Amino acid sequence: MIETNDLSKQFNNNFWAVRGVTLDVQPGQILALLGQNGAGKTTTVRMLTALLAPTRGYARVAGYDVTKNPKEVRMNVGVLTEQHGLYLRMTGDEYLDYFGKIYGLDAQARATRSKYLLDYFGLAEASRRRSGEYSKGMKQKLALARSLMHSPSVLLLDEPTSAMDPESSRLVRDEIARLRSFQRTIVICTHNLAEAEALADHIAIIYRGKILLNGTLDELKRRVLGPMEYEARFADAFDASGLSLPPGVEVVSRSETSLKFRIESPQVANPKLVHALTSMNAPLISFHEVSRKLEQVYLKTMAEAQGLAYAA
Amino acid sequence: MRRNWEAIWMVARREFVDQFRDWRIVAPMVLLMALFPFIADDTTQEAIEFMGRFGGNLILERLVPFVILVIGFFPLSFTLVVALESFVGEKERGTIEPLLSSPLDDHQLYLGKLLVGIATPLVFSFVSIVIYLILITRRDVAFPSFYLLALVLLLTFAHAVLMVSSAIVISVQATTVRAANLLASFVVVPVAFLLQGETALIFWGNESVLWYAIVGVTLLSALIVRLGVSHFRREYLLGREIDTLNFKQLWLVFTGRFVGNAESIRDWYAVELPETLKQIRRPLAIVLLLGVAAVAASYLWVVVNVPGYLDISPEIENRIKTLVNQNLTDLDDLSGQISAPVLFYHNARAVVIMLLLGVASFGTLGVTLFLVNMGLVGGVLGGASLLGVSPGLLFAAGILPHGIFELSAVFLSVAATLKAGALLVTPQQDKSLGELLLVALADWFRVFIGIALPFLAIAAVIEVYVTPQLLQMIVPYF
Ligand SMILES: Nc1ncnc2c1ncn2[C@@H]1O[C@H](COP(=O)(O)OP(=O)(O)OP(=O)(O)O)[C@@H](O)[C@H]1O
Ligand SMILES: [Mg+2]
Repeated sequence: MIETNDLSKQFNNNFWAVRGVTLDVQPGQILALLGQNGAGKTTTVRMLTALLAPTRGYARVAGYDVTKNPKEVRMNVGVLTEQHGLYLRMTGDEYLDYFGKIYGLDAQARATRSKYLLDYFGLAEASRRRSGEYSKGMKQKLALARSLMHSPSVLLLDEPTSAMDPESSRLVRDEIARLRSFQRTIVICTHNLAEAEALADHIAIIYRGKILLNGTLDELKRRVLGPMEYEARFADAFDASGLSLPPGVEVVSRSETSLKFRIESPQVANPKLVHALTSMNAPLISFHEVSRKLEQVYLKTMAEAQGLAYAA
Repeated sequence: MRRNWEAIWMVARREFVDQFRDWRIVAPMVLLMALFPFIADDTTQEAIEFMGRFGGNLILERLVPFVILVIGFFPLSFTLVVALESFVGEKERGTIEPLLSSPLDDHQLYLGKLLVGIATPLVFSFVSIVIYLILITRRDVAFPSFYLLALVLLLTFAHAVLMVSSAIVISVQATTVRAANLLASFVVVPVAFLLQGETALIFWGNESVLWYAIVGVTLLSALIVRLGVSHFRREYLLGREIDTLNFKQLWLVFTGRFVGNAESIRDWYAVELPETLKQIRRPLAIVLLLGVAAVAASYLWVVVNVPGYLDISPEIENRIKTLVNQNLTDLDDLSGQISAPVLFYHNARAVVIMLLLGVASFGTLGVTLFLVNMGLVGGVLGGASLLGVSPGLLFAAGILPHGIFELSAVFLSVAATLKAGALLVTPQQDKSLGELLLVALADWFRVFIGIALPFLAIAAVIEVYVTPQLLQMIVPYF
């Protein structure tokens, strides 16, 4: 569980890197933290690991206050840092064993756990080689394995797949999804919007240290892009001039063989709309939601924040 | 508790093993370690031949312990890099963050690094020493007694702890490995001087005096470790600032503390200075106590012991008295001898030196110097009493008039030095080490400029123009 209230950080050059971040992530939930370079994602994560002391506000992670019980917080958190931070002269095996020891695992647990993780991430063969010889993505996978060694209840992942090939990112995504099903609390900082869309239950967009938006994907779409849009497609040209629209429905665009609607509350309006269409004998092929990507939400939010026009 | 040591050991062990995996580190170290005893052995032989020609048995007897001390020091200076880069190196390589995010305590990390830092050079030092000891069994030179050998090894150990604990402080505070290496001289050079002093002790002193060196060095190391642990902040090690020295910022912190909220000089004297004085009440009490004790102890020592060394016959006593009388009666004031400004300058300089030594040693060396001075005063009084002059009278006429100002100035300054030293080893949440140093200095300068300098100036004038007159007046009563 992660709860923050007005979490803020000012560095000693008087720069406010994070301003008033309030978050709430429950077990079994994944929060994706999105934002430009330098927006304050890593700084936020570091405060959640009790590495940086908040200048203002408070944060509870895994049930502990980051300022009062930093050690307990660190014990229960697994962090994938922005830089992998491996000791390059150690082998993969030794590295996981070392961190296992730091987290107080016994020899048996360390051996099983590290074998499992190395196998899972496809590093078993490389486990006896020094990590200095690994490729960039392999290093990142080993670092991720490190953060999972002690099966932490809270996971903070700073750009977990930035260096990985598509297969490996898929593996990592699956693992993250699996961990969610085990009631872990997970925060991911990422620039990969598809990944955020695929994984996250909640999405927060941070801009210059402030949270601009925070909510589920659907909520964000609604708030940023307006009510949902649905499209009806017809087999032949269909004259819709006589169509009586239920309340809360408007036509956004039309062509001979299609109609696009903006609908306030689809649950209420859609059955009526479909009924109206069929009762006019419209040659309906499909009636579906127009898909809107997180990318649109993100770009529009960013453009607005910077006072620019957003061209969809 | 057990878990605590395990954690410290874990941090140390990883690094210890790690560095021995790199032949670029190991090879030169092993080479130097192996080479140096042979060179030293050769030098020993030269010395034996030289002494054989010119005599000098005591020197020969103490030669081996001296060489051991040097051999021990040598690897310390070149393996200091292990400690110097312990934190800042990890910071530069980016490996520090996972470690800092782990549940290790600050002191576990710190002491773990300290342990590797100490163990690595000691491995080399002690192996070198053993090789040397084996080599000299072939030579015609006295093998040091077990006691002396143990003392020298202990001293080498103490040097290692002192150098490494300072190096670790540097490593935490420095922003780059390069900066840390540049700062290394501030560790190596003082210890090299210390080594010279200890060499003097070995050749000319009673070997038991070495215990003082061991205790002194250990105490200082303990203070440095304390300073290091109390100023260890994970946050600094993630800092992104590069090496920039912001003089303006430093100056602002310093003057801000020095001036305080005062709007005028009068305000400053009425509010700010008393505030600082209030803070040094306790150190002042300690300094007073120590000062009086030092005067009394050295007075007693002189009165009790000196007659045993010197045989002061009444005849000599008379000769000294006449000499003093003649000198004093011709002397209306000291200005022919020394001018008041020069005297003032000397005293002010002495106070500043006490500060500098004090800052370098958390107050301890400053206080030591102060005690030596107090001891001298006691000694002079003791000498006077041996000559039959009333020490009370001498004190009242010859010391008190200017001493009231001079001693107050010295007492207050030393108390401020002590306070500054104590401030440095006390954990402070909100200030960095550099800031704290500036604050401590600013407090000290408040006392120095606000009280000590004016008092020293008055004292100098009195000492040059008034004291001689007073002494003349009491001469008849000698
Ligand atoms: N130790 C520090 N001292 C001073 N400023 C810092 C420090 N750490 C971060 N900053 C500043 O805080 C801001 C936020 O940095 P942060 O690393 O949190 O960004 P981020 O969102 O993780 O960016 P990225 O996507 O590039 O990783 C940046 O402007 C950065 O320059
Ligand atoms: Mg970042």
